[in-house]
Order: sequence, then C-alpha cells, then structure tokens
Amino acid sequence: MSYVLIIGAKSDIAKETARVYAKNGYDLYLAGRDINSLDGLAKDINIRSNVKVELKELDLTKFETHQDFYNNLEEKPLGVVVVAGYMADQKECENDWNKTLNTINVNYSGVVSILNIATNEMEKERRGFIVGVSSVAGDRGRKANYIYGSAKAAFSAYLSGLRNRLFERGVQVLTVKPGFVNTKMTEGMDLPEKLTAQPEDVANDIFNAQQKGKDVLYTKSIWRFVMLIIKHIPEFMFKKMSI
Amino acid sequence: MHLNSWGMYPIVKNTPYTLKNEEALSDYINGTDEIIPYGNGRSYGDSALNEKLVYCKPYNYFLGFDEENGILHCQSGVMLSEIIDAFVSKGWFLKVTPGTKLITIGGAIASDIHGKNHHVEGCFSECVEEFTIMLPNGKVETSKKGDELFLATCGGMGLTGVILDAKITLKKIESQYINQTTIKTKNLKETFEAFEKYSDKPYSVAWIDCLAKGDDIGKCLLMVGDFAKDGDLNFKEAKKKNIPFNFPSFTLNNLSVKAFNWLYYKKAPAGVSQQKVDIDTFFYPLDAIQNWNRIYGKAGFTQYQFILPKEVSYDGLKEILETISNSGKGSFLAVLKLYGKANDNYLSFPIEGYSLALDFKIEPDLFALLDRLDQIVLKYEGRLYLTKDVRVTKETFEKGYPMIEKFREFRKKHNMDKKFQSLQSKRVGI
Repeated sequence: MSYVLIIGAKSDIAKETARVYAKNGYDLYLAGRDINSLDGLAKDINIRSNVKVELKELDLTKFETHQDFYNNLEEKPLGVVVVAGYMADQKECENDWNKTLNTINVNYSGVVSILNIATNEMEKERRGFIVGVSSVAGDRGRKANYIYGSAKAAFSAYLSGLRNRLFERGVQVLTVKPGFVNTKMTEGMDLPEKLTAQPEDVANDIFNAQQKGKDVLYTKSIWRFVMLIIKHIPEFMFKKMSI
Repeated sequence: MHLNSWGMYPIVKNTPYTLKNEEALSDYINGTDEIIPYGNGRSYGDSALNEKLVYCKPYNYFLGFDEENGILHCQSGVMLSEIIDAFVSKGWFLKVTPGTKLITIGGAIASDIHGKNHHVEGCFSECVEEFTIMLPNGKVETSKKGDELFLATCGGMGLTGVILDAKITLKKIESQYINQTTIKTKNLKETFEAFEKYSDKPYSVAWIDCLAKGDDIGKCLLMVGDFAKDGDLNFKEAKKKNIPFNFPSFTLNNLSVKAFNWLYYKKAPAGVSQQKVDIDTFFYPLDAIQNWNRIYGKAGFTQYQFILPKEVSYDGLKEILETISNSGKGSFLAVLKLYGKANDNYLSFPIEGYSLALDFKIEPDLFALLDRLDQIVLKYEGRLYLTKDVRVTKETFEKGYPMIEKFREFRKKHNMDKKFQSLQSKRVGI
C-alpha cells in the first residue's frame, strides 16, 4: 500500500502515530536523526502490523540535504506527517542564540524546507496529504515559551497558506495543535490531568482527523475552547498576566 | 504528572519516573530509596502506589514473535489490548486474560492474574516462559519458569524488581467469536450445581445479585463458553463510550443498584440459553465504557475479592452474602468464579475453590463491614486478593498466605525489601 513519511520519528507522538498508520495498512518511512535508535520501533511495527517500514536518516537543520533525501525515496509518499519538534527552556533560549536558532530551525525553517519539496511533488500528482504537528503554544505568545511558540506560530501560518494553495489540487493539509501531552518532552512538568493527553490518544485523533479530511485539529478537543479564550484576552490585560 | 489506582482511593502525591531504557533505569534505581513499578494503573487499591513510581507503560515494544510456537517476546509496558489488536486476526489469543485487557504484561506477571478459565489453564504465569527483571542493584537478571525469582516475582506485586520484558505463549484460536451459554439460576444451590455441571467448559463466570434476600440469595447468571471454530478472524475493536467526569456520590445507592441488578437479571431468558458473542463482549464487557470507575464518584471505590477452599465454598459464600445483604450495602458488580489447583508461586491468589469479587463505594462505615467479612473469610481458611485490596490488615493478610515468610526471606536476602515498597507492602508488612 501507499507510504506515509513520518518526520521526527523518535518522538512519543510519532511512535504512536506510526503505529496507527501501520495498523491501518500504510507502509512507512520513518525519518529522523540517528536512525539506529529507531530499529526497535521498526521491528515493533513490523510484528504488530506486517507493513513495510524503512528508516531514513534526516537532519532537519541541514537544509542542503533535503532535496537528495526526498529524491532518494524510491516510492514517493502519499502522505507526510511532520512531528519533529524541539523545545528548549525559554530562559536558556533568551541567553543562548544557538538554542534559539535551533528552535527556529527545527520547528520552522527545517520543516518548511522539506515540505516545500514534498508539496511540489504532491501538487503535480494532485493527491496526497500533509499533517503538520504544530502547537497551541503558537496561538498566542506567552512569556513562558514565546520562542518555541513563535516558531510554532510561523509553522501554523505556513500550513494555513499551504492548505489554501493546495486545496484546489486535491491535496489535504491538516494542522494539529496538541495541548499538553504526556511525553518525554514534558516529563517532570506538573501538568493538569484534565488538559493532558496521552500520546496514543493524540495519534488516534490525528489519524481520524486526517482520514476525515479535517483542516485544524486541537487535541484534546477542549484546547480549542481554552485557546479561544486565551486568544481573546485584550492585549492590555494579557501583558500583565502570567499564564 | 500524577498517577492514581483504578479505585481512585487513596489519592496520594507521587512523582512518576518514565521507564525509557535499561541504563537510565539502573541509574534511577541506584539513586532512589524506595520505589514501586506502575503499569496502567488498573490494580484497584494501593499495591502500585507510593511517592516514587516507575511508570512502565510507555516501555512497550514488541521484540519478536516465534510463529511456530506462538511465543511473543515484548517489553513489560505492552498492554494485553495491543496483543489482541495485533494477533487475533492472525489466529492467536492470550492463554489467560482477566476481565480487562487494559493492563500491562508487567502488571499481569506481578499480579499473576487469572481469568474465566483458571480451572483449566491456571494463572498468567503458566504462559510466561521467561522474563528479565532489574534488581535493586540495577543489574538485569533473566528468570525462567520454576526458578526462585520466578516463584517470587509472579504474584509478587512488583516487590522483587522492575520487569523489563517477557516471553509469553499465546494460544491458537479459529474464530473471534465465543459460543456462550447463559444459565439463569434461582439460588446459591442452583448456582453451585450449574458451575459443577459446566466445569468442562474452558470459560465460566457468574454474576450474582448480592442484594437478593432469603431464599433468593445467590441467584445468578452463569455464563460459560468456548471459542467458535468458524474461521472468522476479522477482528475490529469495539467502539468505546466514555464517562467524562465523576458522578455525584449519590448516583449509586441501594435503589439504583437494585434497579440495575433487577434489569440485568431480568433481561436474560429463563433457564439455559445460547448466544454467539465477540471477544470484547465476552471477556471485557466493562472496557467498552472508558473510565467506568467514575460512576462511584469522587470518593472512589474498592473491590473486595476473596477466595474460599472448595469444600467450604458453599457455606462460606452463603454466610458472606447474608452478611452483605443484611448490611444493606449494594455491590454493583458481584462476580463469582471457579478455580483450579493453586500454583507454587509465593503470593499468587488462586487456590482450588470459588472466589467472589464485590465492588463497593468508599463510605465511612464500609471498612467495618469489610472487617466483618474478613473474619468470615479467615474462618473458612480463605484469602484476599492483593491486587484489589486497599485496607486489609497485616494479621488478616498473613493468615491467608502461608508462604509469606518465604517471600519475606527472599526479599531480604536480595535487598529487595528496602528498595521496592508500595503503600500496600508497608501496610501488610511484606
């Protein structure tokens, strides 16, 4: 069956998303840095679902390698799911330009570079889908994590424009905005239980929304309302708040 | 993140450590005083609770499958539901499964869980060929069927170390359906007769109306069955409903429990009837409702599960059911099961006889009733199931488990007694 390319395959959300696509019969390209660490996942998926799983080395911050990476995919993927994300501590970013640059490069520039290449191909083929995992942090900049948040905001805007461009070409673009998710990225944080999703639930939500042709997915769904409120707080009040 | 047990009682503050790989876990164990492994949080009480937990569920790779012998090698966080998802369509099923598939392999071993087929297949440890476990010194050991580490760990409530991966044998099936026979009985005597009559069936379980009084005490719906042989393996997981929040605590009262029991009993045809049902309906009826524990409200609930030796089961159950009925406390679910011979594991629950499991909402006077039930259980030389328990005393627990000293000595000898502790193990002194 058709391939789905999962970018940033080492994350917990990617692991579960890969499993869901495999369970539904899709073959997989799992792309990330240090693909040896993905051997276990590839084997796991193979035992569970009997689909083809290929590992592909990809560094999002090495833009010049992206065209070759894509050209070397024997069968071009039907769908691309971007789960890559890098969240450094906000305070560290404020004092360390390299951390800030890496945040921007992984969460925005790198994924734009690879998606530009993939979508040109899909536009020609007039089929396919893109799933971009952005974040609720991109909906409004807050002092707690606005460097990560602004990169995700840019990514959300990119996906929105991409959807607008590709709509007539029959290519679907889904923007995913997870709230808190219980992953390696958030381990040790004291997250409110009712607002925190498990990675496997996020993965199922992504698959279902993509299959139904949705545009924007908040997961957990309550985050749509939480962010609606946060987005509508007037700026003169918002600037005084700590949320 | 903060983790609870299924009964949502007690609620304790805790800091979970997520199991990622052996090296990191070894460092964590060496640097931490007192920990207990935690799987998917389906044990009811405080057996997997403490201030520091090793959260094992995300450690869930399938590592290999030997198709010839049906042996699956997987990490300890893999849930039974994942095995069912992957293998029923290929014609394999779990040899032993409890009434929920939402438990991890590590949890299944640590509780040495059993199912509706205990009288035929025994406990979960029967299908465990070997496992690896991290000991208090951070070293990994492989344990095989029959060695002492195996006897202590299967049923050992996570108190011997952190189980990392296991090889388990699956059983061949030819259908995703079960041919079920439902027998409606009018009293405890009929219930026991029905169990004996159908004891050649591999799966059996009875639901008891524990609010019945007088001559009706012990009336039940007994469901027995076996896998069909129609070759239909096109398994699709059932759709789930969710209980989105805690129900107010008055939702479950004597009247509503009575109404539910009456409806449930009423809807089954009189006498003996046949049905063809799927795996989820037969084995996991409650898994269809996510978070069903919330119907008991914020105060939480507990399950009281005891087992009595076969020769005294009838008398003991009668006395216990009468005591509950007179107390007026309703149990929404009361499940009666038949068990085969006990195994050699130090702390496994099953002995040859009958067990009854009852759910109770946590209320001020509940524990006094359970203390009374304890005395009856002890009088008949029965025991309680640690996986469900949240309140048993050290004295009561010890009387039920004659091999406890062996377990304690083993823990002490390998320095497990300081490192691996749950709130329960501290309470009952293991």
